[in-house]
Amino acid sequence: MQNENTARLLKQGAIWGFIVLELIFFSVAGKFLSLSDGAFMDLDNMLLLLKQSAPIGIIALGMTIVMINGNIDLSVGAIFALSAVILLDSMTWPIFEGLGDWVIPVSWLLALATGTALGALNGLIVWKTGVDAFIVTLGSMLGYRGLVFMYNGEQPTSNLNWTLVDFAEAQPLGLHTATWFLLGCTAVLWWLLNRTVHGRNAYAIGDNREAAVNASIRVGPHMMINFMIIGFLAALSAAVFYSESGSVNPNDGSLYELWAITAVVLGGTKLTGGRGSVISTFGGVIAIQLLRKGLGYIGADTETVNLVIGLILIAVLYLDKQLNRKGKEELRI
Amino acid sequence: MAALTWSNITQVLAKQGILIAFALFMFGFALANARFLDIDNVLGVVRSSAILGVMALGVTFVVISGNLDLSVGSMMSFSTIVVLDLHDKIGPALAIPAMFALTLCLGALIGFLVGYLRLNSLIVTLGMLSAIHGLTLTWSGGKNMDIADKQGTWFGIFGQDEMLGVPVPILVFVLLAVVLSVLLARTPFGRKVYAVGGNGTAATFSGIPRARIVFCTYLISAFCVACAGLLQASRSLGSQNTVGQGLELEVLAAVILGGASLLGGSGTVFKTVIGVLILGFIQNGLLLVGLEFYVQYVVTWVIIILAVWLDVAAKRGRLWSPIA
Amino acid sequence: MTTESKPALRLSGIVKTFPGVRALDGVSFDVRPGEVHALLGENGAGKSTLMKVLAGIHQPNEGAIFIEEEKVVMRNPLDAKAKGVVLIHQELSLAEELSAAENIYLGELPRKSFGRVDWATLYDRAGGILKRLNCSFGPKTIVGDLSIANKQMVEIARALTVDAKAVIFDEPTASLTDAEKVVLFDVIRDLTARGVGIVYISHRMDEIFTLSDRISVLRDGAHRGTLITKETDEDEVTKLMIGRSLDLTRNIVAGELGPVAIEVQGLSCGKLYRDVGFEVRAGEVLGFYGLVGAGRTEIAETLFGLRAPSAGEIRVDGQAVTIRSPGDAIRLGISLVPESRKEQGLILGMSCKDNMTLPQVGDLTAGPFVSDGAEIAIFDQYRDKLAIKTPGWRQAVGNLSGGNQQKIVIGKWLSMQPKVLIVDEPTRGIDVGSKSEIHALIRDLAKQGYAVIVISSEMPEVLSVSDRIAAMYHGQLMRIFTAAEVSEDSLVQAISGIGAGKVA
Repeated sequence: MQNENTARLLKQGAIWGFIVLELIFFSVAGKFLSLSDGAFMDLDNMLLLLKQSAPIGIIALGMTIVMINGNIDLSVGAIFALSAVILLDSMTWPIFEGLGDWVIPVSWLLALATGTALGALNGLIVWKTGVDAFIVTLGSMLGYRGLVFMYNGEQPTSNLNWTLVDFAEAQPLGLHTATWFLLGCTAVLWWLLNRTVHGRNAYAIGDNREAAVNASIRVGPHMMINFMIIGFLAALSAAVFYSESGSVNPNDGSLYELWAITAVVLGGTKLTGGRGSVISTFGGVIAIQLLRKGLGYIGADTETVNLVIGLILIAVLYLDKQLNRKGKEELRI
Repeated sequence: MAALTWSNITQVLAKQGILIAFALFMFGFALANARFLDIDNVLGVVRSSAILGVMALGVTFVVISGNLDLSVGSMMSFSTIVVLDLHDKIGPALAIPAMFALTLCLGALIGFLVGYLRLNSLIVTLGMLSAIHGLTLTWSGGKNMDIADKQGTWFGIFGQDEMLGVPVPILVFVLLAVVLSVLLARTPFGRKVYAVGGNGTAATFSGIPRARIVFCTYLISAFCVACAGLLQASRSLGSQNTVGQGLELEVLAAVILGGASLLGGSGTVFKTVIGVLILGFIQNGLLLVGLEFYVQYVVTWVIIILAVWLDVAAKRGRLWSPIA
Repeated sequence: MTTESKPALRLSGIVKTFPGVRALDGVSFDVRPGEVHALLGENGAGKSTLMKVLAGIHQPNEGAIFIEEEKVVMRNPLDAKAKGVVLIHQELSLAEELSAAENIYLGELPRKSFGRVDWATLYDRAGGILKRLNCSFGPKTIVGDLSIANKQMVEIARALTVDAKAVIFDEPTASLTDAEKVVLFDVIRDLTARGVGIVYISHRMDEIFTLSDRISVLRDGAHRGTLITKETDEDEVTKLMIGRSLDLTRNIVAGELGPVAIEVQGLSCGKLYRDVGFEVRAGEVLGFYGLVGAGRTEIAETLFGLRAPSAGEIRVDGQAVTIRSPGDAIRLGISLVPESRKEQGLILGMSCKDNMTLPQVGDLTAGPFVSDGAEIAIFDQYRDKLAIKTPGWRQAVGNLSGGNQQKIVIGKWLSMQPKVLIVDEPTRGIDVGSKSEIHALIRDLAKQGYAVIVISSEMPEVLSVSDRIAAMYHGQLMRIFTAAEVSEDSLVQAISGIGAGKVA
C-alpha cells in the first residue's frame, strides 16, 4: 500500500518535476548557448509563455474530461476554426449593425454556442449509434472542417475590432486576458471533475463502465455533456485567440487535437479512462510550451521541438507501463 | 420465412454496404455528369488517389492486426524530403534504396514499440507523428526541397510517366494492391495478422508470435509509405516539409470506409481500395457537378458515420445503441 | 433464528432457459431472516444463473420471487437492490480510481445544490458502514490501493446502504487468505445477527459447514434437496452434489503405459504455486483437481510457455527443457486446450477451418501460399473424428454451440499430433450429451498413446477420465491418488485443505 501511494504521488508530481527540470536546464544551458542576453526565467518571458499556452491549453482541459470519461475527440481543431469564423463573421452581420460594441458579447455567445452545439452533435452520435468516439470524431473532424470551408471558401475570414483587441491584449493584474481564461477554465474544470456528481460519475464510467452501468449511472448523457464541454472550450479558446488576431484561415486549428492529446497524456491521464487531472494537464501544456520556448532560447532549431516532444510522449508511455507492471509472474500474452 | 426484417436488411447492408454505396455514387454522378465515367476521368481519379491509396494499403495491415498508425502522414513527408535531398547528393539510383532503408527503420522502431514493448499504438504513432515531423524539418533545415536539375533526371518516371498507356502511379498502386492482397488473403502471414487482430490472446495461445506479427505490419506500412513518398517526390520533383500532413487521418478514413474495424480482425485490401476510390470519386464527382473540393469533407463525414453505424448495428442486431 | 418468521427471500419454481439449454429447471428454496443458506453445486449446475436471476440481471421464464412473501419482479440490479436483494460479485465490480465511499454510493452519490457532491454526508455515511464492518481503512481510501479482501469489504458495504433483506455471496473466499476469511465470516455473522438472510455460494465444504444453517444442492439446473447443516455430513452433501445417477465409470488403469512423456520437479511460480512435482506417461491421463485459484491453470500455462517459472525443472522425454513461448512448447510436442474457450481458444469471427489449422498454418502451404486443400483435409479428418456438427468449414466458429466449439479447439491441438495434451476445464459450459462424448474422447486419446493432463473443477469428470488424480490446494500439490485408491471423500478433503489425515 505504501508503494502504491508512492507510485501515485510520483505520477502526479512527475509533470511538475519535469517542468522544474526544464527550467533548470534551459536557464543553465541558456547561459552558454543563448544568443540573447535576457535570462530565460524572465518574468515577461514567463507571462508570455502562459499566454501562448492558452489556445491549446483550454482545449486540452476539455480533452482531459473527455478522456477521463473513456472517449476521445479528434474534431476539436475543426470546432476551433468554425467557432472562430462565426465569431469574426457575425460581428459584421447586418442584423447586429445597431449594437455598436455590444456586438462583441453577442458574437462571443454565438461562437460559444456553435462550439457547444458541434460538441453536442458528436456526443449524440456516440451515444445513440454506439459507434466508437474515435471514429465519430474522426469523421466530424473532416465534416466540420468542410463546414469551415463552405462558409467562406478558401478565403480567410477577417474582422479586427479594436475594442476587442484591447480587451484581448489587456493585462489585468499583470496576467494576459488569455492567461486568465486558461486559469479560470482550469479552476472550473477542476471543480467540475472533483466536486460535482457529474464529474465523479465521469470518472466512474471511464474507470469501469460495467460497474457504472450496474449502479444505474446513465452513461449516455454524461458522455454527451462532456463532448459539449470540450466543444464549448474549443470555441472559447478560439474566441480568446481570434479576438486578438482578428483573422482566421480555414485551415487554422489543424493538428490541435494532436497537441491537446499530447498535453493530456503528458499530464498522466490514463488512455482508457478513469484517471487523470486537469491540473496535471495544465502542467502538460506548460511543459510543452516551455520546451518550445526553451529550445528556441538555447538556439536549437525550433523544429527540434517536434522531435523532442514526440520522443518524450513515447518515453512517458513506456515509464507508465513499467510502473504498472505486475512483475515476473505475469502471464506472457 | 426469411422475410425482409430489419435485421436481415442490415445484415446485407453491412456486408455489402460499401459496394452498394459505391455503385449508387457512381450511378448518381454518372447521371449528373456524363463525363464522370469517361476513361480519362476515371484514370485521372485513380491516379490522384494513388498516393493516398498506397498508404492506405499498408495501414490496412496495421488496422487488421488491431492497432493504429497515425504517423504515416509525417513519415510520407520524411520519405519525400529525404529522397529529394539525397537525389542531388548521391544520385537517384542510390537515393531511392537509401530512402526506403531509412523509412523502414522508422517503421521498425514503431513496430518494436507497439509489438515488443506493447505500448498503446495510438499514442506511440501520435508521438512518432510529431517526432518524424521534427526529423524531417531538421533534415531539410525547414526549407522546401527541390531537385536542382529537373530536366536532366530520370527520377520523374515514377510520378509522371506512363507505361502501356497507364500512368505509373496507377500501376504501382495496382501492383502493390494485388501483391498485398495476396499476402493478406493467401499466405500464413496474412492469416496470422487476422488472428492477432481478431483475438490476440487466442492467437498467443495458438503459438503465434504476436509481437513479430505486429512488428511486420508496421514494416509493411512503412514500405507503403516509402512507395508513396517516392511517387510524391517523383511527381513534383520538389516538395514542402508538410506534404503528407493530415494524410494519416484521411488514410484511416479510407480504411474504415472499406469496412475494417478499429478493433482489428476484419477488413481486406480489396475493400480498402474501394474505400480509397470512394473518397477519390466523391471528390471528383462533386467537382464535376460544380461543387467545391471541400464539400467532399462533409459528404465523407456522413458516409463514414453511416457506414460504421450500419456495421455496428448489424453486429448487435439493433439500430440504436443500448447505452442508457 | 426464529424458524417461524416469514422467509426473507423465497423462490418458487424458477425456470430459466437459454437457446438449447435449460439452465434452471424449477428451483425452489427459501432463506429465512438471520439464516445462512449455502448453495452448493458443481460448475454448470446453475448456481451462477440462479444468482443472476436473483439480482435482476436475468429474468426467469417461469416461477416467481417473493420478498417477505410479497411477489416481486427484479427489473435490473438497482431495482433488486432497492427491493432488498444485493449480490456481492465474485469478480469485483468497482471503480478502482475512486474512493471507497464513492464506490459504496456509486450511482447514488448524495447531492447538494448545483449538482455538487455532498461530501460530508457521503463520508459520514460510508464511514459509518465501514465501521460497522470493522474495516481498517477509511472512506477516503482509493479502492485501487486496497487488498482484494478489503475491496470485497467495499462491495459488501454497498449492500448496507439499503435495508437489505437478503445478501448473496458468490464464492466470496475464492481469493482470500485464511485470516481474511475469518474477518469475512465475522461480517456475515454480524449481518445475520441483524436479521439479514444470506445466500452463500461456495465449493468449499469446510466453509459451508462452519458457516451455514442449511444447505441446498443444485445439480444440472435442478434443486436436489435442502439439508439442515447440523444434521448432515460431508458425505451426504457430496453424494447429493455428484449424484448417483451419473453412475461413474471409474477408470481403473486401462492400457499399457509407455515411457514418461513429461516430468516436472520442484516447479514454482512466485505466489501462484510452489514446489510441484509429477510425471505423466504416454497412454496415461493425469487429472488435476482443485478449486479455482488453486494453481492448476497456472501450471498448465507454465508448461505451455506462457508463464516463467521461478524455480524447478521440466523434462520432456527425459530431456531438461526451457519453454519460453507457446511456440517452444508446440515444437516440444506440448499442446494446451485452454480454460476459456472464447477468450483463449478461439477467434470467434474466423471460420471453423481457419481456427482449427491456426497453429500449423505456416506448414500447410503450397509454395508461399496457404493450401486450401491441405487445410480442408485436416478439417474434414478431425470433423469426422470428433463428430463436430457444423454446416461447413466456412462457418464462423462463433455460430457453433459450445460443445462443437470445444471440439474445434480440441481438434486444433490433436491435429498437431502432440505428445502431451493438456486440457483445462474441457467441458465447462457444455451440455451433458457433449460432455460424455468429450470424456470418451479423452480416454480414447490416452489409449492411442498420448500423455494427457486434464484439469477440472468437476469431480465426476476427473474421476471418470483419470488414471491418477493430483489434488491441489492453494498452490500446493497435496497428493496424487491412483484411480484405484481414490475416494470422493478423500479427494474433497484434499482440495479443501483438510489434509490427508483429516487434520482440520
